[in-house]
Amino acid sequence: MPHPESSIERPIELLFETQTLRPDELLEAAQSLLDDLGDTPSAHGRMQCAYALRDAEGQLWVRYIISQGANQPWGIWSVDASSGTLPSLANVLPLLGWYEREIQDLYGITFTDHPEPYPLVLHEGFIPAKPPLQKGFDAKAEPIRGQAEPFAEANMVGSDIQRLPFGPIRADVVESAQFVFHYIGEGILHYHPRLFYKHRAMEARFEGVPISAACVLAERVSGVDSVAHVLAFSQAMEAALGWQAPLRAQAWRVVLAELERLYNHLQFFGHLAKTTTLKVAEAEGIWLEEQVKQINGRLTGSRFLRGMIVPGGLRRDLDATALIADLNALQPQIEDYLDTLANTRSYLDRLLTTGVLPRQVAFDQGATGPIERASDLDRDLRRDHGYALYPELQFAVPTATEGDADARARVRDQEIRQSLHLIRQALNKLEPGPICRKEQTIDPPMDGVMEGMGLGWAEAVRGGLIYAVHWNAKTERLTRVKIKEPSFSNWRVFPFTVNDSNMMDYAINEASFGLSVAGADR
Amino acid sequence: MPLWTWFGLKKGRATTGWPESAGSDGQEGVLGLPKLNADQCSEGAQGCTKCVTSCPSGAITLNVAENVTEDQEQHIDLDYARCVGCQLCTETCPSGAFSPSNDWAFAVRDRADLSRLARPATPDKKLEEKWQKSLAGFGRSLHIRHVDAGSCNGCESEISALLNPFYNLHRLGIFFTPSPRFADLLLVTGPVTEVMREPLLRTFEAMPEPRWVMALGTCATGGGTNGGGYACHQGLDGILPVDIWLPGCPPNPAAIIEALLVLLDRRPQQVHGGRHDA
Repeated sequence: MPHPESSIERPIELLFETQTLRPDELLEAAQSLLDDLGDTPSAHGRMQCAYALRDAEGQLWVRYIISQGANQPWGIWSVDASSGTLPSLANVLPLLGWYEREIQDLYGITFTDHPEPYPLVLHEGFIPAKPPLQKGFDAKAEPIRGQAEPFAEANMVGSDIQRLPFGPIRADVVESAQFVFHYIGEGILHYHPRLFYKHRAMEARFEGVPISAACVLAERVSGVDSVAHVLAFSQAMEAALGWQAPLRAQAWRVVLAELERLYNHLQFFGHLAKTTTLKVAEAEGIWLEEQVKQINGRLTGSRFLRGMIVPGGLRRDLDATALIADLNALQPQIEDYLDTLANTRSYLDRLLTTGVLPRQVAFDQGATGPIERASDLDRDLRRDHGYALYPELQFAVPTATEGDADARARVRDQEIRQSLHLIRQALNKLEPGPICRKEQTIDPPMDGVMEGMGLGWAEAVRGGLIYAVHWNAKTERLTRVKIKEPSFSNWRVFPFTVNDSNMMDYAINEASFGLSVAGADR
Repeated sequence: MPLWTWFGLKKGRATTGWPESAGSDGQEGVLGLPKLNADQCSEGAQGCTKCVTSCPSGAITLNVAENVTEDQEQHIDLDYARCVGCQLCTETCPSGAFSPSNDWAFAVRDRADLSRLARPATPDKKLEEKWQKSLAGFGRSLHIRHVDAGSCNGCESEISALLNPFYNLHRLGIFFTPSPRFADLLLVTGPVTEVMREPLLRTFEAMPEPRWVMALGTCATGGGTNGGGYACHQGLDGILPVDIWLPGCPPNPAAIIEALLVLLDRRPQQVHGGRHDA
C-alpha cells in the first residue's frame, strides 16, 4: 500500500526520536524492544545497527538506531561510553553482535558478555596498539602494517573432518574474501566467511570532508550500489540541514534508484544461471545487464549512475526522451527472459529447498532486502519509511514464505517487474521545475543530545541502507558518518543457511543471496 | 521445458565488431576523465584554488609561478593517475579550464604519461627494450589472473562485463584463468589494503616469467578517494612493478579492452604527457 502523504510534506521533527540511556538501562531496553515491537503484527519494528562516535568534546558515545514500525519516527538510543565498557546486547539482539565487534575493533570499547568477542573488521596480526578511530590515532603517521596471524574459528576435530580455507583470492573475477569450510565428504559441518580483507576505512574517510566530496565518497563505498549510497547520504544531509529537494529531483531519484535495482537484479539472474550451469541463460542475463548499463551511460554519462544525486536534488537535469524508448525496447526481452527461467526445470531443481533461511533466524540475525522478504518478513523502506517520490507511487512489495534459493530468486524476479513499473510512473510525474535547492526550508530535527545529526535511508538493491551523519555547521564539515550496509547484515545471516548443507549447493546458495563484499567490508 | 539453445539461436549475434572491425564500443554518452585546458586558467595566477580544493582525490596541483620551469609552461596539472572522474572540477572552475569529456582510453605504459609535470623529457629506451623483449614471449593469446586488492566492486563489475556477449573478450584471444601459474597478466584493482598486500604479492610470485602487471582503476593507479587512511596503501606504486596503468573510476569495459590491447601492442597508446589525443 502506498503511503498516503508525501515525504515532502512530512514534518521533519518526526524523523527520529533520541533518548539518552545509562549503560545499566541498556539490557532492559533491548528486552523491551523485543517485547513491545517484536516481529508482529506489522513486522516493522527492529534494531537496525549500533555505532560509536566522539562528540565535539571528544567524549565517546554509542548510538543504537531502531525502526519502531512503519511510518513511525526512528528511535535512537544514545549511551555514554566514556567508561570504555558497555553491556553486550548480542545475546538479546543477535544482529548487534557484529556491530559491537566493529566498535570494539575501531574504538576500543569492550562489550561485556559478548558471545563471540573476537576481532572482526581488523584482522589478527593487523591490530594496532591504539584503536584506529580512538582519539589520537594518526593514520598518516602510523597506518596499520602487519602480518597475518591465526584467527579464532570453530574447533572441529575428527578423523574424517576436512578443513578447506578458500581465498581470499579465489577463482573467477570475484571480490576478495576467505571462506573456511569444515566438511565430511559432501556435507558441510561448519562454514565461516572471513570478510574485511577489503576494509578500506570508508566511514573514517568522511571525517572532515565537505558535502560535495562526501557524495563522491558515498558513491565509492559499494560501486554497484552507488545510487542507494549517495541517495541515503544526501537524504541524511538534507535532514541535518533542513533542506528539501524539489519534486523533479525526487522523481529522478526514484528513476535512478530503480535503474540500479534493474541492472543489479539482471546480473543476479545471469550469475544464478551460471551456478546452475545454464550457459545461454547466463549470457542472456549479463547481456540484459549490459544493456541497462549502456542505458545508464547514455542517460547520465555514468554506467553506474554516478555523479547525479547530491543533497538538495541533482547536480544537473536529465532528459527522459531516450530512456522511455530504450525501456520500451528492453522490457519485453526482460520479461521473456524471466518467464523462461522460471519455467526451466533443471534450474528450479537446484534452487528449490536450497539454503533455507527460517523466518525467525532472518529476523534475529538481521536479514534485509530480498533475503528477508523471501523468508516472510514483509519490510521495505520505500513503503514503510517513504522517501523521494515513492509515497506518491503505486507498487507492490513481493514476498515469499519458503526462504529457499528459489524464493529469493522469485522475490527479485517480481522486484524487476515492479522497478520497470516504478520507473514509468516516476517519469510520468516529471514536471518542469528546478532540479536542486540548496537552502534551509524547514527546521532540522531536534536531536536533544548532539547537534547536527541527520538520518537518511534507502531500500538498496540488497536491502535496507541507513546513513547516520554528524555535521559541524561551523566548519561545514562532516564529523562522523555511520553506514548501515545491507550486505554487512546479510553476510552475517548467510552462514546459517550453509551449515549442515552440502558442497554441491554452496555456489548456488551464495549466488541466491547476491551479496556484495565491498559493501559489507566498507 | 524451454530449449535454451533455441532461445540463444533466436537472439542472434550480440557481439560488437569493435575494436577490430566496424561496430559500437558501447560507450555512447559515457563520460571519461575531464579535459584540462591549462591556458584557459585565468584565475590561477590571481590565487584561485577552487579546482584544487574541490578535488576529492588530490589529483589537481597548482604550482606557484616560481616553481615552474621553462619547459613546463603549465602551472596547473591534473594527475590522471589520481582522478576519479567525479567532474567536480568542471563545475567549480570559473574560467572553463576543466571540461567534461568522453575521453576514457587512458591506458599508459609509463605512469608519468598520466601527468603533464611528471613526463620525462625523453622516452625511456631501456623500458622500451624490456617491453619488446617480454612481448615476444606472449604470442597471440593472453591469460589473466585478476586480484581484488580492496576495490568498491565497480571495477569487478566492469571486468565481468568483458565476458558478456557484447564485448565477448575471448574473441580477442584474451582469457581469465583461476591459477596464477597459468597467468601472463596480473590484473589488480583497489588501493591495496594492508591485509591484501601479502596475498597479492604471493600471487605475483606464483606467476611464471615473463609476466605483466596492470593497475586497473584509479584506486590501483594512484589511490583515488579510497587510498591511504589507516587500512590502505595508495595503489600499486611501490608494491608491484606495473607494466600498464589504467585510471578511471571505474574504467569502462571498452577502456579495459583498449588497455589490454595497448599492453599487447595491438593498439596505440592514446595518452601522452598528460594529454589525451584529440
